[in-house]
Amino acid sequence: MTNPVIKNAGYILVHTPDMILHNGTTATVEKASNPNSEYISHLSESFRRYEEVVNYAPNQVFIGNQKPETLIDLEMPWHTQKVSGERYGRFGEIMPQEEFIAMIKMADAFDLVRLTDDFTAMVKEKLSESSYFTESEIELLKEGDSKDVIIDILNDHHGEGIFHKGTLVGCVKRAHDLDTNLNAHVMLENLVVKASGVLAVKHLMRQTEVAPEAIEYVIECSEEACGDMNQRGGGNFAKSIAEAMNFVNATGSDTRGFCAGPTHALINAAALVKSGVYKNVVVVGGGATAKLGMNGKDHVKKGMPILEDCLGGFAVLVSEDDGISPVINTNLIGRHTVGTGSSPQAVITSLITQPLDKGGLKITDVDKYSVEMQNPDITKPAGAGDVPESNYKMIAALGVKRGELEKSQLMDFVKTHGMPGFAPTQGHIPSGVPYIGFAVDAIKAGTLNRVMIVGKGSLFLARMTNQFDGVSFVIEANSGISACAEDSGYDEKEVKKLIAEAMRKLAESLTE
Amino acid sequence: MDLENQKRVKDAAEKFGAENVVVIIGAAEAEAAGLAAETVTAGDPTFAGPLAGVELGLRVYHACEPEFKDEVSADIYEEQIGMMEMVLSVDEIIEEMQSIRNDFCKFND
Repeated sequence: MTNPVIKNAGYILVHTPDMILHNGTTATVEKASNPNSEYISHLSESFRRYEEVVNYAPNQVFIGNQKPETLIDLEMPWHTQKVSGERYGRFGEIMPQEEFIAMIKMADAFDLVRLTDDFTAMVKEKLSESSYFTESEIELLKEGDSKDVIIDILNDHHGEGIFHKGTLVGCVKRAHDLDTNLNAHVMLENLVVKASGVLAVKHLMRQTEVAPEAIEYVIECSEEACGDMNQRGGGNFAKSIAEAMNFVNATGSDTRGFCAGPTHALINAAALVKSGVYKNVVVVGGGATAKLGMNGKDHVKKGMPILEDCLGGFAVLVSEDDGISPVINTNLIGRHTVGTGSSPQAVITSLITQPLDKGGLKITDVDKYSVEMQNPDITKPAGAGDVPESNYKMIAALGVKRGELEKSQLMDFVKTHGMPGFAPTQGHIPSGVPYIGFAVDAIKAGTLNRVMIVGKGSLFLARMTNQFDGVSFVIEANSGISACAEDSGYDEKEVKKLIAEAMRKLAESLTE
Repeated sequence: MDLENQKRVKDAAEKFGAENVVVIIGAAEAEAAGLAAETVTAGDPTFAGPLAGVELGLRVYHACEPEFKDEVSADIYEEQIGMMEMVLSVDEIIEEMQSIRNDFCKFND
């Protein structure tokens, strides 16, 4: 039996200011309930420019150009502190809106997305300069339509507009006349998930030596559902992304669990690899248009720009043991069960200390915890506090109750075993997974030995249960000895004994 | 406060009478606790939910305030809330809650 390892991770952001106004639920609900809303009429004045989004420190951390710890010394509010940023980073990129609109068109397999001819020509030129898109992908953009065709679809065929810098540049047609699960709004939302998922996987694959043909399975774990009126969440994003990536030997499926979805998906991937069912599994999550500008009212009220202006996406490759990459220790899985209870104490115990107890480990034996990594620059002005810091304090407080820490060490623990939040508030995107890229690098470099990834999800939002949910797993340094070798009868202790005996004999012969 | 919870509080106040309802809040931040407390006393400050413009003036406490803590079993409190008490800014929360009660609670006891 092999050990599942994490080879690489890709992280992307897409700056989508126009979607805050047209697709984010805070704005669309406001428009529906208050058509003459002052908030809506002035909303675009609070949008950031692309350059501001690139030069925003948490975004540079998310794509891997800076380590999370660099935020410790950066005075808040971070949005007032311009840093020198780059579009591309160690793990991915921050894509501008116009290129992403082209990716939505590329993701469309049913000719539902129509872009204007002017916009198509402009964006084709931009994409042809990029090394990330093949000629055949760019050909998918076709030549575009006249604006009259787009307006006709919007007015007479219930289309959903696509806007860039406040101008109509295209639309998505409904995929069925009566099916609400295939209406234009849902189709746009789902195509955004697919396109941003593809972008994240592109950045994952550029980092790895594993060939596209070697990928056998894809697990998609965003928060949307694709299907029709007969099966609302029929699926599946995973296989559509695999197809777009030319993973000709892969199939896949979608896994859901609100914000805990990605951690569930990674545990599933680890189990599939450990059992030998598949050798290489990609876990991917695309972004959520609905959450754009979610806390916008609070931001605007406080004179801030709208900071929830980016879609997020991530992809992780889980593979069989290569003797180098960090290992997912499947013996140390934490899970919030039906019987756990909902008090914070019960939740933290089930996710943190129960798995550690299985390995005889203390809270302080984990070098870094990656929890709900929401950017506090976004959440604090909205009254939700510093989410990662609260999580670290809870873990530390449990350590105090277990006698593994002194109460006076609580804030030290937060600093040394935690980190500032840096992920966009896209629900599943900040939940545990944003640190995996850094963890892989640091564990391989020997600066960290053990990292715990914790995903939590608010299941009660779907009104099926009042239950909360969460799962966790531990990533550890690779010993270099594959589990296969252990299974084949290799006895490390015996080898050490034989070497020690040989050394002793050598020493004796030298002294004679 | 969640719109569904606003509805539940409103329904409870109508069914049992405002004088017979006490709301216990578990928010982790003083500001969030204050907003929830304001909602069940002076009405929904965001004017989005069922309590918009409805001044119920209910008795409202945070789970870390002594008025609640002293009423429940110390062992169960320790088991359920002890860890969080170590983490929360309890003084800030109490100050915020007292301020809301002084301004908007209709029951001065």
